Amino acid sequence: MSASDDIWILGISMTKFGKHADRDVVDLGAEAITAALADAGITMNDVGVFAAGNLMGSAGIAQQLQKQIGQTGIPAYNVSNACATGATALRTAIMAVKAGETDIGLACGVEKLAGAGLLGAGGQEKSVGHEWTPSGRYGAVGPIDGRIGTEAMPGVFAQIGMEYLHDHQYGGTAFELFARISEKNHSHSTLNPLAAYSKAMPLEQIMNDIMIAYPNTRPMCSANCDGASAAVVVSGEKLRTLSLEQQRRAVKVSASILTSDPFEQACQVLPNINTLTRNAAEQAYEQAGVGPDDLDLVELHDCFATAELVHYDNLMLCEEGGAVDFFESGAPWRDGRMPVNVSGGLQSKGHPVSATGIANIWEVCQHVRGEGGPRQIEGAKVGLAHVIGLGSACGVHILEKSGLAA
Amino acid sequence: MSTATTIPFVDYLVLEPEPHLIAHECTGCGARYFDRRNACAGCFATEFRDVDVASDGIVRSFTIVTFAAPGVEVPFVAALVDCDGTSVRGNIVNCPPDPEHVTLGMAVRLTTVAVGADDNGVQAVNYGFEPR
Repeated sequence: MSASDDIWILGISMTKFGKHADRDVVDLGAEAITAALADAGITMNDVGVFAAGNLMGSAGIAQQLQKQIGQTGIPAYNVSNACATGATALRTAIMAVKAGETDIGLACGVEKLAGAGLLGAGGQEKSVGHEWTPSGRYGAVGPIDGRIGTEAMPGVFAQIGMEYLHDHQYGGTAFELFARISEKNHSHSTLNPLAAYSKAMPLEQIMNDIMIAYPNTRPMCSANCDGASAAVVVSGEKLRTLSLEQQRRAVKVSASILTSDPFEQACQVLPNINTLTRNAAEQAYEQAGVGPDDLDLVELHDCFATAELVHYDNLMLCEEGGAVDFFESGAPWRDGRMPVNVSGGLQSKGHPVSATGIANIWEVCQHVRGEGGPRQIEGAKVGLAHVIGLGSACGVHILEKSGLAA
Repeated sequence: MSTATTIPFVDYLVLEPEPHLIAHECTGCGARYFDRRNACAGCFATEFRDVDVASDGIVRSFTIVTFAAPGVEVPFVAALVDCDGTSVRGNIVNCPPDPEHVTLGMAVRLTTVAVGADDNGVQAVNYGFEPR
């Protein structure tokens, strides 16, 4: 084995996202891995490195999964990177293959979140009989959530979308604009049998639903749900020794990038999810040797309707500052010139956080393999998958149809 | 027995003589932080000085939170306020919490908000921003 920049996805899978009340994270992760190995045409015996992530459960998910599906003594990495955990697990496997330590790697992300409620919210302890005592990094005498801004994700991402409108002097109605983005993704979800919610929602229904944090109503927020995803990666050198069918169905990882925030003045006050996404996109386009115009579809991190808008710009799908015009043109609808979130996105497909960063890659793989079924984007050859873990981490992968064994 | 009758809700709020916020400013590049740093995240310098933050600002972004964790009173308006180049997070107060009254680019000023008294009668005082 030798170091290689030639990395391929040999097999990939996602479970249905939704409520899996009778199954735990190990059951779900094992289902995803078993399906990914079958898709790859290999067994655990062929795998040389394993990385797995799960945020909400007990520690050591990688070893728990090995005990469930096959213990071969290979290095196992437990990774954690907020909502980018799945992509980070995949990056870990890819780095080991790239470094030449092994030629086949496995990654898995799994989460159980159904009914989890608000993520990030601190809440307040009701104290009776007390003395104000400064504590923590701000010397606060009480919980700051709700008293100095909001800690909960719907409000944090609402501000991120509203900041974009402020910076670009948007003159329209913010609420309706963001609700129409959500309408698109819920419409797309009707073709995705693995989505947690696959019902079209008219604009009025979205706008009249429960307001969580203006301008995000409930259907404009990512759906907390259960799910898992897994992927097998292989070096090009190894792939060329495998069957013609494996070579034909393999998907080329043209770019695999992970970034964190570079310092900017305000980024520690309201998270800046823009710069690290733009940096990741720039690096990915350069690594892949493709530009945004070459993309046939994009799965981006629409954890809230307000987030999707800013990423049109960050991923350079439009001119700088042109995200609203890009959306208004109809481009990101599945019949538009740049389909975005044809899976239904996190708002309808669901967002079992650690699984998301591989599930979005699975979606792109379905299309470039020509296996997208009713929601296939015809003739798709190149796609981009993007994920954000707040704090922040950004993963961008560019996937290309195999030219092997054609 | 303590003679203090008020206490700031956070340590970067100074109540006297006029309520205002302070930041730890990097002496190397001018980056400002509301909590402590071992080194500046921007330039890695290790010297900081305390500076006053402008109390007038404009609303760069906001959300109206209507669904929150247990114990958090809703609705409230959370905002990002640009105080003469320093970004500050805080609630918009003394203003109806709806998008007709809270707008992007709105001019606001720092004000104080009573949080309540502890068992010793000490009042905690928080900050917020009100329309100006």
